[in-house]
Amino acid sequence: MNSLELINVRKAYGKTPVLDDISLALEPREFVAFLGPSGSGKSTLLRIIAGLETADAGEVRLDGRRIDQLPPGDRGVAMVFQHYALYPHMTVRGNMAFGLKNAHVPPAEIAARVAEAARILEIEAHLDKRPGQLSGGQRQRVAIGRAIVKHPRLFLLDEPLSNLDAALRMRTRLELADLRQRVDAAFVMVTHDQAEAMTLADRIVVMNDRRIQQVGAPMEIYLRPANSFVARFVGSPAMNLLPVEPVANGALVRVRLGDGAEVETRVALNGFGGGTLELGLRPENVEVTAPGGGTTDAKVELVERLGERTLVYAKLRSGDEITGEDEGNSRVRVGDVVGLRIKGERAHLFDAQGVGHHAEAGA
Amino acid sequence: MRTARWQGLAYVAPFLILYAALLIFPLLMGMGLSFYRADLFGAKVWTGLGNYGRLLSDPVFLHALRNTFKLVLLIVPTLTALTLALAVALNRRTRGAAVLRGVFFSSSVLSVTIVTLIWRFVLTPDAGLFAEVAQALGREPLPWLSHPDLTIPALALTTIWWSIGLPMMLFLAGLQQIPSDMYEAAALDRSSRWTTFRRITLPQLRRTLLLVVMLQTAAQLQLFGQAQLLTAGGPSGASRPVVLFIFEVAFVRWELGYALAAAEILFTLVLLATLAQYWAARPREDAR
Repeated sequence: MNSLELINVRKAYGKTPVLDDISLALEPREFVAFLGPSGSGKSTLLRIIAGLETADAGEVRLDGRRIDQLPPGDRGVAMVFQHYALYPHMTVRGNMAFGLKNAHVPPAEIAARVAEAARILEIEAHLDKRPGQLSGGQRQRVAIGRAIVKHPRLFLLDEPLSNLDAALRMRTRLELADLRQRVDAAFVMVTHDQAEAMTLADRIVVMNDRRIQQVGAPMEIYLRPANSFVARFVGSPAMNLLPVEPVANGALVRVRLGDGAEVETRVALNGFGGGTLELGLRPENVEVTAPGGGTTDAKVELVERLGERTLVYAKLRSGDEITGEDEGNSRVRVGDVVGLRIKGERAHLFDAQGVGHHAEAGA
Repeated sequence: MRTARWQGLAYVAPFLILYAALLIFPLLMGMGLSFYRADLFGAKVWTGLGNYGRLLSDPVFLHALRNTFKLVLLIVPTLTALTLALAVALNRRTRGAAVLRGVFFSSSVLSVTIVTLIWRFVLTPDAGLFAEVAQALGREPLPWLSHPDLTIPALALTTIWWSIGLPMMLFLAGLQQIPSDMYEAAALDRSSRWTTFRRITLPQLRRTLLLVVMLQTAAQLQLFGQAQLLTAGGPSGASRPVVLFIFEVAFVRWELGYALAAAEILFTLVLLATLAQYWAARPREDAR
């Protein structure tokens, strides 16, 4: 049986549609991340699942039970809010117990659940403090604790790490990964940070422009982006997308870049309509070489040294921008002309509709 | 450094001078005069605490003091509860709520003269609104403005009607400070409307609540115009508040020193009420 199920969910604010026919099903205990830019509808979708917004059409089911007509508290979901939304006048204990008291859970059971959550989250020492006396990371734990004690069937996490500093974010990410191993529930996390989505989620739901663009395991989304939006949005730095012309050649597509250089891909020729094509190249598949030593040459515009590798932002003679990678101790400097060796076997092609075509498996 | 300090002082000097001349100086002069038997024409005889002793055994003053307390006790809790309820009801973004906010605030812009005129029309026993309603229900109209047990409630009613606006606005401002995600968290916590109000809204409004109670207590301890215009303190002092007593002693009987002693007692009461509520509202270290 599916855990969470969304069936043809639609939502509009007045005449502005924000969600268009969203359908999705989660496995039991699955961790799914909604990834997308601001305004993609991902937060609205989360709020519809929580019951804080109502869908205009469609169904929400949890463990087979229809929940979209129930009030938020009766749905068996718990939410961790982006700004925590702790009750400032209650102690940490009071914050965690509030929902259980309202549900008339016996006091002994409340105490046991709070104690257990406090132990898991290592906030036992703070149970009698108020949120104002805690650091950001501790508040975040209390917010998670408030969700855990309810023993929900589904955790909803709204940008849970966005208010933490970089070090704490890494740590909390690991703790969330640990938490999901401990609890028997599914997770839905909204984020615009792909690293969070990639590291935590079993599957990523990439959203843009009111629709689901692609659903898949993190590496699948990275390696076989369904369309040019997903290709650009997932991966850092973003995938290069270069306008190219197809040059017919056997069963696989060969394309010509704007500056005349040709790239042999492993993408099958069948299935393409005519029209313009875009060549998709991850920077790691564009290797910086000596001038003349690669597929083509380009002029360096910007160099980013990341330590273990160097990102080289360059311009082809045709004016197209392309990002390549060099080794960590690269000597490349701004203004240099460098060669670029393009690994055509790793290239993607996107047709006029933006649909992605990928190298044949095993090709 | 030193010049900077003098410059700073120069900037606030206009205010300080006015404040001293119009408030501090009269306050101190009043305190001084309360120890004299003095009239409005300059005659002064030192009596020490004589005025104060006389006040504490003056049945008229003590009656006025009791009346004032009654008014405060009738007005402040009712007004606070009523305006809080109104604010909660009108804290939404509909056009209707905006119009009603304006309507409820509108009485605050009227002067006391207009307010008492309006309420005279409502309360007067022969043709007033209440009388008409009572007669329509087959009841005897009540003598709101002449029965000793009814004049204080009548004054309280008038005052509440007049004073709704400001506390309601303060509560609305307080309500809008409460982040909406806290209510969403409460909804997910299965909190009923009443629980949400009691456990989320009310604690978040604590400071506003104390501010409203403090302002209203201070204001109603000094209630004057309504009493003077609506009942003239009658019948036989049944609705005479302290300020009306002070006014009558000072400007009808011309016993300035005696009136000032009563004023100092009232001043002390207002001060105590204010301090008590400041103390209750003191920021706690654990508050956000």
